[in-house]
Amino acid sequence: MIKFDDVWLKYRHQERRPGALTRDVLRGISFQVPDGGFRWLTGPSGAGKTSLLKLIYLAEHPTQGRIDIMGTHAAKISRRDAALLRRRIGVVYQDFRLLPHLSAYDNVALPMRLARRNESQIQADVTEILRWVGLAGRLAALPDELSGGEQQRVAIARAVVGRPKLLVADEPTGNLDDEQAQRLMTLITALNRLGTTVVVATHNHALVNAYPAPRLEMAEGRLTAHG
Amino acid sequence: MAKRHTDPLGLHSALEDWMLPVLVAAMSFLAALTIAGALASTSLATQWRNNTAAALTIQVPQPAAPDAANNATRLAAVLRALQTMPGILNPQPLSTGAMNRLLAPWLGADAASLGLPLPAVITATWNGPGAGEAIAPALNAIAPGTLAQSGAQWAAHVTALTASLQTCAAAVLVIVALVGGALVALATRAGLAQRRDTIETIHGLGAQDSGIASLFASRATVLTATGAAAGALLALPVLLWLATLAAPLANPVPPPGAGGGLVNLPDALWAALPCLPLAAALIGWCSAQLTVRGWLRKLA
Ligand SMILES: Nc1ncnc2c1ncn2[C@@H]1O[C@H](COP(=O)(O)OP(=O)(O)OP(=O)(O)O)[C@@H](O)[C@H]1O
Ligand SMILES: [Mg+2]
Repeated sequence: MIKFDDVWLKYRHQERRPGALTRDVLRGISFQVPDGGFRWLTGPSGAGKTSLLKLIYLAEHPTQGRIDIMGTHAAKISRRDAALLRRRIGVVYQDFRLLPHLSAYDNVALPMRLARRNESQIQADVTEILRWVGLAGRLAALPDELSGGEQQRVAIARAVVGRPKLLVADEPTGNLDDEQAQRLMTLITALNRLGTTVVVATHNHALVNAYPAPRLEMAEGRLTAHG
Repeated sequence: MAKRHTDPLGLHSALEDWMLPVLVAAMSFLAALTIAGALASTSLATQWRNNTAAALTIQVPQPAAPDAANNATRLAAVLRALQTMPGILNPQPLSTGAMNRLLAPWLGADAASLGLPLPAVITATWNGPGAGEAIAPALNAIAPGTLAQSGAQWAAHVTALTASLQTCAAAVLVIVALVGGALVALATRAGLAQRRDTIETIHGLGAQDSGIASLFASRATVLTATGAAAGALLALPVLLWLATLAAPLANPVPPPGAGGGLVNLPDALWAALPCLPLAAALIGWCSAQLTVRGWLRKLA
């Protein structure tokens, strides 16, 4: 379950004087997604979708308000437990974030290796998921050697390979053609039916219309529609 | 594939890597020389102090005059008293020849011919408790005006000098260790900054701080240990050369032809040199761990 209760977020300025904060990027966000739920997250560019997802996958702390992820009060957990919680969250980043030194296979295997799964299980699962996203022939390719869409599919494979309890996808179809996007949605809905909670941020209205589900709509840091 | 997955941060292919071992090798070289210097000064000082502290010099003015009991010359009476005194070993009057040699720099080649009223000098070794000067009153009763001097004061100076040398050496080692730690911290920071995105990603996938820190720490350990081992090896020929120079000062003198240069280094130094890579590895590991863990705290 995901539960936001009056959540506000300002970022820390990276380059300006230390400690300075940006304006409010998220303003008084409250919503819940039950276990096994599916939500579209929509809104214009700059509305705060990525920022909201970052709070869900524990990459930022809210400036104010309370967040519960999978029954855990996010502000109250140790760094060690936060890391363990992150292993149960699959994330497809808007900018993929593949490790440049690792092959497609090793990139997808990385979360399983961090979770200390045994190599034979890793091999079976990684090969299977890469076949599913249509990259069976590119296991040894480095990210640089892959097209944007191929990289995106590696990122998707990495996010789902560990059968996460929670899947967060930021613009996962941005670089995919229609057929690949359909395939991705088949994968995501299958996971969702098996009990994974899913939040997908997207600008793709055709996709949203093809897979009707409750929407979290954002504008200027606020939730304008919900449910 | 199998090799690369153990190095998700690409630490093995980092370009700035050669800097760290080279600088650590220089530090280790300095440390080896410092330790050798401290050990050498300590062992030389110990020998010198033992010899000096035990040396006893007795001056008998007017040696040919009769003693207090009017039985013999003052020199003979003092010498006889010394021979029976507890704690006195091997009293020897300095021969005229030896006296002349000692005084030659000040008085010219033949001091005796100048007709100066020179005292007789007896050398001995003090083996008793306390300072050797304690015998002076007893000798004065036999031959008034007799002086006894031991090397204890000199020995105290030598002790003080050695202690300051050792303090300086310790300070140099501490500074070398701190600079080494700082070098590792700087190299680690550079490595972190270069891989910021990758580390954020691994962190996001659920890597523990300890896991990321140990990737950097094990790399730093290998680099510092390698550098320090190279530095210690490079110092070895220099140390052997210095040991050859110092050999004539060493006591006991090694029998001629006994061994080559290798045996000339003291055991303590042979034990200390392998400690340099170990110490460097420890410093590298700790510094990298602290640096990475501190840096990771910036991430949520
Ligand atoms: N790290 C950051 N530091 C400072 N400001 C940020 C940071 N990330 C985002 N912002 C600001 O927060 C606001 C929301 O950004 P966010 O990335 O959440 O929007 P978005 O809805 O995901 O947009 P898009 O659809 O273009 O991906 C923007 O005004 C952006 O400038
Ligand atoms: Mg975004």
